[in-house]
Amino acid sequence: MKILVIGLNHKTANVELREKLAFPGQKLEDGVFSLKGLPEVREVALLSTCNRVEIYACVGNPVSAADTIKNFLSSFHNIIRNDFETSLYLHAGSDAVRHVFRVASSLDSMIVGEPQILGQLKDVFDFALSKKTTGVLLNKLMKKAISTAKRVRTETRIAENAVSISFAAVELARKIFTDLSGKSFMLLGAGEMAELAARHLMNNGVKEVLVANRTYERGCELAREFNGRPIKFEDFPQELIHTDILICSTGAPSYVLMKDQMTRVMKERKHKPVFIIDITVPRNIDPLINKIENVYLYDVDNLQNVVDTNILERQKEATKAEKIIEEEVEKFNRWVSSLDSVPTIVSLRQKAEEIKDEEFEKFRNKFPEMDEATLKAAGYMATAIMNKLIHPPTAALKEDTEDRDELIAMIKKLYGINGDDNEE
Amino acid sequence: MGIILFELALTFYFAATVISIVEVFKGSKESSQLMLIAAGLGFLIHSASIIYRYATAGHLPITSMHEASSFFAWCVVLIFFLLEYRYKIGIMGSFILPVVFVLMLSSSVLPRGIHPLSPVLQSYWLGVHTLLAFLGNAAFAVAFGIGIMYLLQEHYLKSKRLHGLFQRLPSLQILDEINYRLISVGFPLLTLAIISGALWAERAWGSYWRWDPKEVWSMITWFIYALVLHVRLTAGWRGRRAAILSIIGFSVILFTFFGVNFLLKSLHSFA
Repeated sequence: MKILVIGLNHKTANVELREKLAFPGQKLEDGVFSLKGLPEVREVALLSTCNRVEIYACVGNPVSAADTIKNFLSSFHNIIRNDFETSLYLHAGSDAVRHVFRVASSLDSMIVGEPQILGQLKDVFDFALSKKTTGVLLNKLMKKAISTAKRVRTETRIAENAVSISFAAVELARKIFTDLSGKSFMLLGAGEMAELAARHLMNNGVKEVLVANRTYERGCELAREFNGRPIKFEDFPQELIHTDILICSTGAPSYVLMKDQMTRVMKERKHKPVFIIDITVPRNIDPLINKIENVYLYDVDNLQNVVDTNILERQKEATKAEKIIEEEVEKFNRWVSSLDSVPTIVSLRQKAEEIKDEEFEKFRNKFPEMDEATLKAAGYMATAIMNKLIHPPTAALKEDTEDRDELIAMIKKLYGINGDDNEE
Repeated sequence: MGIILFELALTFYFAATVISIVEVFKGSKESSQLMLIAAGLGFLIHSASIIYRYATAGHLPITSMHEASSFFAWCVVLIFFLLEYRYKIGIMGSFILPVVFVLMLSSSVLPRGIHPLSPVLQSYWLGVHTLLAFLGNAAFAVAFGIGIMYLLQEHYLKSKRLHGLFQRLPSLQILDEINYRLISVGFPLLTLAIISGALWAERAWGSYWRWDPKEVWSMITWFIYALVLHVRLTAGWRGRRAAILSIIGFSVILFTFFGVNFLLKSLHSFA
């Protein structure tokens, strides 16, 4: 029984191909059941996101099973094998385990460390559990993938720093203000990036949102969208007195806020800190404003630099994560090999022998007057009972049935054999 | 016994300081915890050594420079742990424990003999006056460390080079808030220390105020921190300016503490 991963992702296939091979909506359920119906596939789970499509399966022979699965993909999606075969990757055994752990820990993601993939993988797991398409091996794999991802997240700083401009803005705001609730925020102008940053700030609970726009009507529209208050564009310097965070995206040909103006504003607001983000190119806010005490002005390039440094930082952390993953793969492999029937039969016999010897010892101590011959006879009897009792499970273990993995797991549980399993 | 306890505390503080400096360059959760454990053990042993000396001498061990430096360090660690408990800022240790270690080191090189209490100090005022003064000054010492942290973090944010300690330093707002709290606790303590000192002086020497250098410099310190609080509340001198003022304030305290005792002739130099 081998674990097999077969799939494609943003690195191996373009969007077009990924779309063709994806399993959206109802197709996911159909796909999983069709896969489960294939004669060579004993357990299966299916992940389909915008960046990757992956099939996790438990198979007897990975080579022929991979072939069958490729044919399935071709017929299910109505696409010729040659069109997608070169974009597929295939991992079996411990390589497959490593791959799943890396995906779960977001080391294989487009942006290393972004946590969405873990949630998606959890959904896959829940879905497979509810539809009963997975068994001992894949269930353990999924559980371990999730716990490995959590370990990576807590033991490295891989997900700590913002890697998009709008998140970087929020992160900076937190280094100035700690808590954004109770802070007021002004959106000057409109624009995609500005609105995205505004949304992130709102999610962090800013108290009040002011919106100023050159055309007042557009401002009102935006204000409604953000549940904020529209103000006249000319009034914005006055309103700055009560504003802690300003995002500027006006697209004006020249500066809309000069240093002298800002100095006066700061005096009026008793030098309470202000965080200004100027998203426009060319810049709309006099860069000299950054020189004023308690004013922190960031333009797009500054934010991009922050993002670039953070991405580098994440890559450094990724090497630490790889070590953790190697450890976990090693542990998983030990568990898999403990699932093999031979060691299970050996430990079952050992366990039985232990019990027999222990009981026989007790018996002998209890009746010290017993002579050698009787003792010998009692010993034979004990051995015979033991052999009879362990014969059926041993025989079952030796048979190569489809559900042997489950059988092994169950026998281990029933007889209290722990093997090399580190169940948390 | 007393010597062993003192040296042991010094050793633990030294270890904590070394870890806290390593922490600046290569921090991790483990090193941060190790630092707190070392400092915590140092603090417990230090407390034991002070109690032991109290029992041996029969009076509060703050009548020689050796004792005073050591007690000052103890108060700083106490406040450090209170803040750590409330705010959980591991990196704070890197800015405060070195101050503790320097105080302990200077204590360790000063003569350690226990002298009988001179008659003028035999009063319950000794406890009241010194405890107030030391706790107040310790709060200012911690505000000094916090002030440096503020300036550093502000520098990162202004220069937009967000490397090094940026991630591990707390936000400017938190640092400013801690600074403000420390000074608004330290200031009334210092005020009461000066008042109790004046009352005691009247009993002991017959006048409230004798223009003794220590008295004068304490007054200067008092004015500095009064100014810090005043301009914050009226003119909004927060953040950077408050940080700088608390650094200046502590420098004056260090001078009052060491300088006055060694350089100037004062009624307060006892050892």
